[in-house]
Amino acid sequence: MHKGRLKRLRVILSLLFFAVLALLFLDFTGRIYGKASHLFLHLQFVPSLVQFAGTLSLAALGFAFIIILTLLFGRIYCSSFCPLGTLQDIVIYLSKKIKRKRRIFKFKKPSYRLHYGILALVVLSLLTGSILLVNLLDPYSAFGKIFANLFRPLVVAVNNLISIGLSYADIYSVPRIKWVPVNIAALFLSLAWLILVVYLSVRRGRIYCNTVCPVGALLGLFARFSLFRIVLDKTKCNSCGKCSAVCKAECINPKDQSVDFSRCVGCMNCLSPCPDKGVKIRPFWVKDTVQVFEFDAGKRDFFKKSGLVVVGVFAGSKVFSEEKEKEVIKATVPVVRQFPVTPPGAESQERFNKLCTACHLCVSACPTHVLQPTYFLYGMTGFLQPRMDYITSFCNFDCVLCGEVCPTGAILNITTEEKKRIQLGKSYFIKENCVVYTHNTACGACSEHCPTKAVQMVPYKDKLTIPEVNNTICVGCGACEYACPTDPKSIYVDGNPIHLVAEKPPEIRIEEKIDYKEEFPF
Amino acid sequence: MKRRDFIRKSAAAAAFTGAAISLPFGSKLFSSPSHPYNPSNPSPFDLVAIKGGEVEAMFDQAIAAMGGMQAFVKKGQKVVVKPNIGWDVSPERAGNTNPALVKRIVRHCLDAGAKEVYVFDNTCDKWDRCYATSGIEQAVKDAGGKLAPGNTENYYQEVQIPNGKKLKSTKVHELILDSDVFINVPVLKSHGSARLTISMKNLMGVVWDRGWWHRNDLNQCIADYATYMKKPTLNIIDAYRVMMKNGPRGVSEADVSLMKSLIISPDMVAADAAATKMFGISPDDVPYIGIADSMGIGSMALDKLNVHRIIL
Repeated sequence: MHKGRLKRLRVILSLLFFAVLALLFLDFTGRIYGKASHLFLHLQFVPSLVQFAGTLSLAALGFAFIIILTLLFGRIYCSSFCPLGTLQDIVIYLSKKIKRKRRIFKFKKPSYRLHYGILALVVLSLLTGSILLVNLLDPYSAFGKIFANLFRPLVVAVNNLISIGLSYADIYSVPRIKWVPVNIAALFLSLAWLILVVYLSVRRGRIYCNTVCPVGALLGLFARFSLFRIVLDKTKCNSCGKCSAVCKAECINPKDQSVDFSRCVGCMNCLSPCPDKGVKIRPFWVKDTVQVFEFDAGKRDFFKKSGLVVVGVFAGSKVFSEEKEKEVIKATVPVVRQFPVTPPGAESQERFNKLCTACHLCVSACPTHVLQPTYFLYGMTGFLQPRMDYITSFCNFDCVLCGEVCPTGAILNITTEEKKRIQLGKSYFIKENCVVYTHNTACGACSEHCPTKAVQMVPYKDKLTIPEVNNTICVGCGACEYACPTDPKSIYVDGNPIHLVAEKPPEIRIEEKIDYKEEFPF
Repeated sequence: MKRRDFIRKSAAAAAFTGAAISLPFGSKLFSSPSHPYNPSNPSPFDLVAIKGGEVEAMFDQAIAAMGGMQAFVKKGQKVVVKPNIGWDVSPERAGNTNPALVKRIVRHCLDAGAKEVYVFDNTCDKWDRCYATSGIEQAVKDAGGKLAPGNTENYYQEVQIPNGKKLKSTKVHELILDSDVFINVPVLKSHGSARLTISMKNLMGVVWDRGWWHRNDLNQCIADYATYMKKPTLNIIDAYRVMMKNGPRGVSEADVSLMKSLIISPDMVAADAAATKMFGISPDDVPYIGIADSMGIGSMALDKLNVHRIIL
């Protein structure tokens, strides 16, 4: 294949992946998620690996495909499939356009210690059962958080402004999207990450992928054993440096006429510029095997950067300690939840916390916006993983979209019929807060919204009725809690740490023989 | 960009955005929400009740008895039809107004010369799923009407309810305020909070903050809102399939009885009283009907009204 074509293929693939994944996170119409989108999600390394580890499903072998691809051709993932990689490429491209001059990269020494140090930390934390570092560092999940928490609200705001404008012309075909308060920690983390990625890519090309990204580090290890590699043919190379000047990974050393293939992100930019056709892809045994560089790079750098992450996380934790505070403002009887509620298909909190990489795709997809990232309801390791937030919304009874989109299997793809029986939590009635008790007026909003009638209105006094909960048929969807008009709530859902199966609500058929010829009762 | 430039430009941008947002809002706020409007009933009857037929046939006959849709909808008028689309359930569950009825009504309005017919509800379940699953989205499209959303607060504008006892002001959907004709199309259902939901209760779907009503004497608020000047021109009660228990959402089709009935009246109180009897209970069992009657919103004394009954 012509060398220029390889690059073109890479550019097309990367833009396709970027566009599809970006659309998935930005789509507010709920119409884009489909089976086809899973092709793109399955080829995301970390989600696929996590899904495989969690479900042993053969459908989740995308990561294995990527490893094989890496063993064959190097880190193809980094420039073709990884949306965060493409985001950097776009930034690099735009920065070139804005500066209006050719961007010249130079060979730089590797920062193996920092990079493999981060990888080691990630692996270590995984071994101790925490997925937190993966959630922060996985490039797909970081991309997801950036799009879900930064760009999506912008798109929604623009949509809503257009919709408001149109409604003055009596056009109602552009619906508005309910504005849900953004999770501040997620917002700032995403912003910080975006700034970091943009800054690094403007300054140093794909340096992020070769110093921070654990997937880059891991695939780099495999790339050391790749069958086909990019090499400089010493019989042709005259060390002019034209290849190195376009190398975003800064891994071509024209002086030594060598390529650090473990850092090569597979962008194929270096293939064409060589005037002597000296940049080649060829099997490793042919000649000029990959040179391994000295381990020397910046300890200081490492501490600086990891310090930054830690400071960021703790700053977040201090400012936004916990949302429970909001529920106990004018307390008569405060709502005290023992367990957060995990989404239907999570099976258990423990399982969910282990498998969710906090990419926030379900948060974006959830039609009622009940799935919201939590600060620390799951503890430190579950930072920014979503939970069912029944103050913000409730879970629509017939909806299973979160499981359909989840790329890691943290939320399993269950059927609607299964979902209607899964008990996420149980409802608890606090009579002392209830309008019927405090004001002696009718209410019943909780019972109205209950899809299984686990909350029934039973005779209270005079003609009034008051809620009564039957937890054998409660599914913990939170409709009662969301609808409850009191503050603090008079009815709330406490999560089941392990999801249970609710009984089917009884169906007692109306027994009535109607005579349509009978006179009206008035 | 220089710092000063940046500040200047962002200030300009902010000002522009502010203006862009506030201008249309402002103009809407200043134009008074609606022309005071109290239908002098053009029909020979106060109430028409019909039973024993299919949805379309019953509506055709009942509206003809009322004097035809053209008695209520004039050429070039803007009509809003407000069915109950509260729940993400299929038509067989009777949680929402029958889509065939909505379709027929929209058709009649357009045939009478309406310029536009809008249909919306402030739903309980996720709004777009309700619109789709209820069958009403398709029905409205087929009939040539337009669906409008009611899912965010900025569709609603604050209005005063001078005659309300508890409810003094509330936010109402702009389509209700801007339309010439307002057709209320509730489905008769059992209701956990209010015993039954019919015409007056259906109006909770044109306001934004229902929680406030629930906190502040629900039954009084329902009656209070019925005093608001922008009253339905017609109330068309769908009692074809009727949810007898577990309302308003219902649990299964087992809750539903095939009643094959329909009521039309410009008087919400009369319509609700008649529907209550049809359901098999007394208007006294539904507190807001009595309150509304005593506040003079309408009459629950059906024997004193000119009622036309049709059995097919």
